[in-house]
Amino acid sequence: MSVVIEQPKSPRSRKGAKWEKWGWMYMRISGVVLLGLIFWHLFSNLVMGDGISGIDFAFVAGKWANPWIQLMDGAMLWLALIHGTNGMRTIVNDYTEREAIRKTLVVTLWAVCAALIVLGTLVLTTFDPCIDPNAVNYLPEICK
Amino acid sequence: MPSKPAGTLYRGKVGMWSWVLHRITGLAIYFFLLVHILDTALVRFDAEAYDAVIGTYKTPIIGLAELGLVAAIVFHGLNGVRVILIDFWRKGAKYQNVMFWIVIALAVILVGAFAPRHLMHVFHLG
Repeated sequence: MSVVIEQPKSPRSRKGAKWEKWGWMYMRISGVVLLGLIFWHLFSNLVMGDGISGIDFAFVAGKWANPWIQLMDGAMLWLALIHGTNGMRTIVNDYTEREAIRKTLVVTLWAVCAALIVLGTLVLTTFDPCIDPNAVNYLPEICK
Repeated sequence: MPSKPAGTLYRGKVGMWSWVLHRITGLAIYFFLLVHILDTALVRFDAEAYDAVIGTYKTPIIGLAELGLVAAIVFHGLNGVRVILIDFWRKGAKYQNVMFWIVIALAVILVGAFAPRHLMHVFHLG
């Protein structure tokens, strides 16, 4: 019986390496876009107006009355969560030693990512300002 | 007595500590993002519940934690630009050390400008 030993220099998997490269590119491209989106998000929510003390349901309803802001918040949700999940995957890959634990954690990370993207996107696209009992006061023409 | 290991180009220097800071701030921002998506999701279900939860963001202790969060985001974002420049700019690796200190200086300026404004809102001053 002959034992076949794999060439030590042979790459583990071409397909996996290609995916890693796209992940690496994604971190940089989404990172640049997120830099603009999140700095703007922090400036408009925490610096302008009354900052943190001015944030409530009516504030969010006012922002999401603008479809461009909805689009930017949606972009932030998708880009940031995938960026963060991929970063967490890197950390898991670095520190886990057993393959079964590594795989379980990575699958959990992507499951959480998918669930929150679905939730966040539904919240953003089906938002109804009139669920606020006070909305009749500040949105009289829409909520009666 | 064995002598201390001599530092390498990477170990124990700016290259290593910027990496450590990038990883820790990224981890912290990730966990805040999970919470932030869930708290914002309340706007779809219950306006008063959303106001109650966002009210905790206005308390002094969480208000101070927000300052830390903003500092983490500012560092992570600016250092991310430095990482991109190291990867894609021909002279990036040569200037990585000075770029780290530029990142720190910009972060100190931005967070320094943000802090009084934010604390004013948290502690209802002015």
